[in-house]
Parts: sequence; structure tokens; C-alpha cells
Amino acid sequence: MPGGLPLGEHDAGVSVTLYNLLLHFYPASFRNEYADEMRALFARRRRDVSGLGAVALWVSTLGEVVRNAATVHLDIFRQDVAYSARAFRRTPGFVLTAILIVALGIGATTAAFSVTDFVLIRPLPFPDPARLVKVWETTPGYPRMELSAPNYRDWKAAATSYESMGVYHFESITITTAGEPRRFTGTSVSADLFHTLGVAPVIGRSFTDADDVNGAPGTMILSYRLWQTEFGGDPGVIGRNLVAQVDFDTASYTVIGVMPREFHFPKSDVLFWITNRFDDRAYQPEERADNWLEAVGRLRHGVTLEQARAEMDVIAAQSRQAYPKENKGTGATVIGLGTEVSERSRLLLLALSGAAGCVLLIACANLASLLLARALSRRRELAVRTAIGAGRERLVRQLMTESLLLAAVGGALGITIAVASVPLLTRLVPATLPIAASPSVDVRVLLFAVALTALTGIAFGLAPVVRVGASPDLDGLREGARAGGGRKERLRAALVVTEIVASVVLLVSAGLLIRALLAVQSIDPGFKPEGVLTLRTELPMPEYRRVVERDAYYTRVLQEVRALPGVKSAGFVSFLPISSFRGGIWPVAVKGDGEANDGIRSANNVAAIRYVTPGYFDTLSIPITRGRDVSDSDNRDRQFVAVVSESFVKRYWPNQDPIGRHFTFGLADREVVGVAGDVRFRGLERVSEPQVYLPFKQVADGEITFYIPKALALRTSVPPANLAQAVRDVIRRADPKLPVTEMQTLVDMVDLETASRAVQVRVLTAFAVIAFVLAAVGIHGLLSFAVSQRVQEIGVRLALGAQSVDILSMMAWRSMWLAIAGVIPGIALSYAVGRSMEALLAGVKPADTVTMGAAVGLSALMTVLGSLLPTLRAVRVDPMTALRAE
Amino acid sequence: MSDKFEKFDREEVDALLPLPPATFHILLALAEEGRHGYAIIQDVATRTDGELKLSAGTLYRSIQRMLEQGVILETRDRPAPEEDDERRRYYRITPLGTAVAKAEARRLTQLVRMARARGFAPGRA
Repeated sequence: MPGGLPLGEHDAGVSVTLYNLLLHFYPASFRNEYADEMRALFARRRRDVSGLGAVALWVSTLGEVVRNAATVHLDIFRQDVAYSARAFRRTPGFVLTAILIVALGIGATTAAFSVTDFVLIRPLPFPDPARLVKVWETTPGYPRMELSAPNYRDWKAAATSYESMGVYHFESITITTAGEPRRFTGTSVSADLFHTLGVAPVIGRSFTDADDVNGAPGTMILSYRLWQTEFGGDPGVIGRNLVAQVDFDTASYTVIGVMPREFHFPKSDVLFWITNRFDDRAYQPEERADNWLEAVGRLRHGVTLEQARAEMDVIAAQSRQAYPKENKGTGATVIGLGTEVSERSRLLLLALSGAAGCVLLIACANLASLLLARALSRRRELAVRTAIGAGRERLVRQLMTESLLLAAVGGALGITIAVASVPLLTRLVPATLPIAASPSVDVRVLLFAVALTALTGIAFGLAPVVRVGASPDLDGLREGARAGGGRKERLRAALVVTEIVASVVLLVSAGLLIRALLAVQSIDPGFKPEGVLTLRTELPMPEYRRVVERDAYYTRVLQEVRALPGVKSAGFVSFLPISSFRGGIWPVAVKGDGEANDGIRSANNVAAIRYVTPGYFDTLSIPITRGRDVSDSDNRDRQFVAVVSESFVKRYWPNQDPIGRHFTFGLADREVVGVAGDVRFRGLERVSEPQVYLPFKQVADGEITFYIPKALALRTSVPPANLAQAVRDVIRRADPKLPVTEMQTLVDMVDLETASRAVQVRVLTAFAVIAFVLAAVGIHGLLSFAVSQRVQEIGVRLALGAQSVDILSMMAWRSMWLAIAGVIPGIALSYAVGRSMEALLAGVKPADTVTMGAAVGLSALMTVLGSLLPTLRAVRVDPMTALRAE
Repeated sequence: MSDKFEKFDREEVDALLPLPPATFHILLALAEEGRHGYAIIQDVATRTDGELKLSAGTLYRSIQRMLEQGVILETRDRPAPEEDDERRRYYRITPLGTAVAKAEARRLTQLVRMARARGFAPGRA
């Protein structure tokens, strides 16, 4: 057999270098072992071929190296997995703890991400959504107001920035199917709206211009949900005539299409669409002050939001000139569709994501610390493996495989937790967006979770790997079991301090939000919601067009419900406070008040209009502080009167007696007969405009019908729900065609107001509790490890005369230093976090001493709990046993 | 039969079957004497009339796995000094390797016998 290696030719040298590079596909351990031989073999082969043969050799070599390297990697992976499984079986407690910690971290973060992604990150489910915008009117004090029909028509004709534009407004509709009349929320749209959004029906056709002219036969497109729930998904629904009653009239609508399942517009609870079919009256000049249409435009390719805004500014200026009276102060603005998430919703979600990030950080730190302890206690085992020839790379790989395995199992469990908990977070999805009401866990979220799991595995696996990397020698064997000096503990101590910092931040944030929730819940809405049952009935036109017909209905219903046992008082109102409709802001004119005389509304001369029946104030316990309630004798033959709110009095007649004063409001001159307490009808966290209550009879037939009282409230002495059926019966007896909707207690309505806050507080508190427990576990782990490493030292000390108290104080100092090192930066960071979410805090200061104090106290408790067992163990060390072990 | 074969747990041997072709050929090449890598490749090529030319990767990947399985050993027994190359690594078959190779051969023989019975292969049934 020939001896020396046949290297020497220049060609061969280059080839071998190239081949050497290829060998890097193999694991280093394999390379170290066999690279020399393989190079020699390759060189021999390369020498025997030339030209095309050489090309063929390279091609086959490349394939062969990749294939074989993959096999070698897989072999190692299999071995590592098998080895890990054996190692795990020996320490089930550790494995279970680790998996649970990963699952909590991944679960929390994935759930938070799925909601945040759904609301803030993911593009809207329309084609090319970046070009979709909403166009708003602006007037002083109102940065976003709906458009009036004439302004919309003019602006659309003048603007060149848009490919197309459409409008819509909300509409409720009663459809009488088999039995009871059912009421659904829908939207009336212009024919070009769906085209603007770029979405077509899944079955049937879209609206055409012919469907949207005055006098056209009624057409309706169903949402997928309505199609499924009311029509069983029957395709035969197309062409069906529905007798429906919309606001003023009963009419027939032909179903022409069904929208796709994922189409929600303008929000998730809209179930059908009909066309506007405006007549000429909608475009009369006086209509310019009636802002009720929401406009959506699709920008032309290449047109930016700024360009569109600039153009709208010019157009709005032109229409101010053309209609100086009606369009006084009217401007225009353009905002990206879907970016209208309120600052609060955004902050809510960001806070949630931040909190989830903290939990994940703590989980990683905890795991890193756990694995470090494990790596230290396995030094002997690792040293033995090194001694029998395992290279450092193989050990590192082994440890990485272990942590990735733990991460994978924990991650899978975490994803399950996330999927299960996402429905609980639905309240955090604002109802104002054109997206489904509840986020779904989809591919994006799963990819996120998998990436997160991998990163987590690598992150917490790295710490022990660094440790192993630092001591590949046989120290482990020589040192015996007493491994782990000061330097090695410092890394773990740093990890534990990180955990304390993060948990302090979470404790403080959760605490601040709890305080904010309490603050909001303790806000006086101006009425007493307890023990009030509410419901709504639409009063269809033309049956209830005239006051006398409504009067008969109110009188009968009120009489009968007041006679029900358990009903203390009852009354009707246009819209209940904090209900779904919070508008109705009309201009006020007062003689001698310059600002309140030109009939154009601005932030400083408006009030909320509400028509009421007698008994409404009593029922909601809104105090009448001066004068009287409206009465049955306030009819059209008498002076028109009003009950105004205290803020109204403060605005127009400060420090004067308002009774008997006059003002113009709601198309008539009114005399103040009473003053009522202020009500936060726009929501708890917002000071509302002044309120004006008008007697329901003092309005012309067929006028201001949108505000006729349709909401019934009853104050009861029994649980409100008990009366539900009796009240339904009363209304059915009065008019069997009236659908009863929104039956609920006023308490529920007010609770809904704080629901998103309450959910957020619950989630954040859960996160804080997890953090608290994990950090305590971290402290416990660190200290018990320290104790077990120092049993002999403690034994020696005790033998030399140290008292238990000395050992106790040694341990106490240790844990106290940990706590101090974590709490101080934690509090500083919490303050910064609190500042950034100040908008969510409802006036609670970020430096709230109660919260900070509680967080510090809890951190102290956490430290004490975490160090309790290790300290006890340290104190109980028996010097004899400890020394004998030496 | 070989007493060596009896020493091994049947399960231990069966767990390794069927052998990948490269592994079987390497065992065959090492049946008579310890060889280094290049010699193994040459032996295989000669026996198969050049049909099977093991690549370096396949050879050492197989060798690594076979070492772990314990069917071969890296040996310090060197051939006669004039043929020795200090830089080369020599391998020889272990008793377990012999047992595995025999079990594989038996498995293949049985297969061929069955194939003959059905007329798939030349020779007597």
C-alpha cells in the first residue's frame, strides 16, 4: 500500500482548501475527528480526475457533503435528545418547574401579542388598506365630525386625491320574520362604498348606482353572520323580499347579496347594509349644519395622506366662502382608516404587551438561573463526559438541546394557554374598528409563538453554556461536589435581581391600574344605577309620528309598569346616559351671550338634547336641585319649558337664579323651569356637555323624531331581572309589533363602561402574581443552592462557636441585599412606566405613594417567602453531620 | 455456529438490523484484517467491481456511527512497519460487529430464499 499523502500539485492544494470549507457543514466534533483523513481521501480522488471529471467530482462531493453532514447532525441530535430524556427522568421536579415557567411566559406573551397584533399591527382586511382613509369635518372644539350631505357631495366632486369615495350612517332595522319582530343594527351606505373598500359579496351582487337613487326599490346586502343565524346560510335568500321597518317607514327590501365572513364594516356588530337613496331634501343649504355621514375614500396610487389633507384644506376653505353662514368654521381632515384606535385602547394594549414582556423576561431569568444551578450541580457529570472525549462543542450542544427541548414542550403548553385565554381578552378589542369582535389565533400568532419559544430556549440555555465554555477542563472532577464559588453565584444573583426589578414594575403597574379602576368606579355618574331596569322600543313611523299617539303609548305603558309590584317609578327618555348613543349635541342661543347667538355650534355653546316623560329624573335618581320636573301639563298649548343641568346654569347664568329665564334650543324658545344635577352621559371618564331636558309633548308632529323618548327606565324594589317578563308583557299589550331591545340593568351598562379596564386590571394582576411567584421561586432557588454549597462552611462556623443568630443574620443580609438591589431600580423604572401610561390612570399619579409602598412591601414579603426555607435549612445545619461529610 | 454470536443479546443485534449497505460493506472489508479508511474504500470498490465507491463523508459518517454502536473499534494494532502510515487511523471489527454482520447475512439469505421460492431470483428454491 502506498505511503505518503499525494499532496503537492497546486491544483490539488486549491481543491483541498475548497473541500476544507465544505467540511464546515459537519459538526466541529466530527471535523476534529475525521477531517484529516477525509481531506486526504478527497485529494487522492481529485488527483485522479481532470476536466469534466473534476466538475462531476465537485458536484457529487457537494451533494455528498450536505447529505452526510445532515445525517451526522441528526445522529447527534438523536443522541442528545435521548441523553436529555434520561437526564430529565432523573430530575422530574426540575423539568416540571422549567416547563411550567416557559409555558407561563410564552402563554402570557402570545395571548398579549394576539390581541395587540389584531388591533394595532395587522393591516385591515381590505385590499391595499393603506390607501383607505376617512374624511371628517372639523369645527372649533370638534376635531372629527361627520359630514353633512351637501358638503360631502361638493367635496367629493371637487377632490382629485381619491380613486373613489363613499359614505355611510348607522341604521337600525326591524325585520319581522317568523314570530317576533327582531331588531338589527345595520348601515345605510352609498352605492360606491363597497367598491371603495374593494370588497365584493360572496354570493349575489353588490349595490349599483341604480340602487342608490331616490325612489329606487329597496335592496339589502346581508352580513355573513346574519345570513348564517337568520337564514341558515341558504343561498336561496338572494332575491327574497324582507318586510322591514326602518326609522320612518315600513318598506320592502330585496336581498341582493351576502358579504364575506371576514367583512366587518364599519364595525363588528353591523349585520346588514342598505342604500342611502337620498332625495333632494338631503342637499338643501340648511342641511349643511346636519353632520351625520361618515366618509371613506380610497386614495389614488401615489397620493399621500398629507397631499390629501392639503387638498381638503383648500376645498373646505372654498366651501366656507361659498356658504359663509352654514359652513362657518368648518374645516376638513383626512385620517387613515383603522388608525382611529383611541389613545386609551392603544395604551391599554401596549401596557398589556409590556407586562407580558416582563413576565417573559422573568421566566427567562428564572430558567437561566435554574439551568445554571443544574449545570453547576452537573459539573461532575460534564467533566466525566469531557474526560472520555466529548469536546466542548458537544457539551454546549447537549445543553442547548436540553434547553430547547424544555422550551419546545413549555412553548406548546404556552400556546395552548394562549389559545384558551384569548377569548377572555376580547373586551380589549375596541368595538369601533372594521374587524371581527374577537381575535383569532392564526398563523401569524403561531409563528410569533414558535419564534418566541426558540428565542426563549436559546436565551435561557445560554447562561449554563457560557459557564461550561468557561471551564472545559477537569476542575469539576478535582473540585468534588463543592463547586460554585462566588463568581459563579454572581451571575445567578444578577438574574434574580432582574426578576425582582421586573416584578416590582409589574406590581406597581398593576397597582396603579387597580387604583385607576377604583377611581373610575367611584366617579359619580350623576345618577344611581343600582336597581334600575332599562330597555328600548323603537316607535315606528308613521304610526307614532304624532305626539298624541306617543302620549297614549307612554301613558298606558307607564301606568301599567308603575302598577307592577316591585316598581317604584318609571320614565321614558330619548337616550339613557352611557348607552350606545352619546351624541345629540345641539347649539344653544341665549340673548345677550355673543357666543351663543349665531346658531352655529362650537364647543362653548352647545348642550345635549333629551326629551323625557315625567318620572325620568326620579327613576334615575338625578336630583332636581331647583324648580320642578317636567309635567304632563307641559304640552304644546303652553309655554315651551326645559329642565337644564347645573353646568348649563353655570355656563349661561352663573350666580343667578335661572328659573324663568329663556333660551333658544331645539327649534323653539324655552323657559327654564327646573335645574337637574349633571350627568356623565358620554361616559364615566369624561366631563360631558351641559344637558337640556325637554317635555316629550312640546315638539311638533313629525319633528326631531330621532330624539323622541324610546328608552324606558324603571326603578325597582326587587331584583330588576325579575320584572323583565312582566314589562315585556306590558309593552306587547300596548303594541304587539314593537320589538323590545337592549333590556339590561343600568348597573350592567355602567359596568360595561369599565369592562376593558377591569379586564386589563385582571390580566395585569394575573401577570403580577405570576411574576411575584416566579421571583420568589428564583430567590428561593438561589439561596437554597447557596446554602447547599456552603453547608460545610456553616458547619465549621457553628463548630467554631457561631450562634444560630449569626447564621440567621448572614442569610437575612444576603436576601436583603438582593431585595434592595432589585427594588430600587424597580421603583425608578416603575415610575417611568407609570409616566408613559398616565393617560390610563384616570388621575392617579404615577408616583402614587400607596401603590409604591404596597409594591415595596410585597417585594419584601416576596424576599422573605423566597428565603424562608433556605434560611431555616442554614440555621438547622448540624455541625457534626456537616463536618463528617467533609 | 460461532460461540461469539451466542454471547450477544439477540435484541442488541436485531436492533441494528437491517444494516445500511455502506455499513455492511465496511464490516465485510474489515472481516479479515484491520484497515484504514482508504483501504476500506478500495476493498469495497474491488469487491463490487467498482460499482460502489464510498465517498469520504459516507465512510466516516458510517464509521462514526459504527464506533458508537460498538461494531468496530479504532485499533492500535498496526500492520507491518513498512506498510504503516502514522497519520492514518485503523479500524477493526468487534465480536459484536461479527455477530451483526452474520445476522445481516442470514437475514439477506432468507430474503433471497423467499424470492427464489417465488421465482424472483435464479437458483434452486
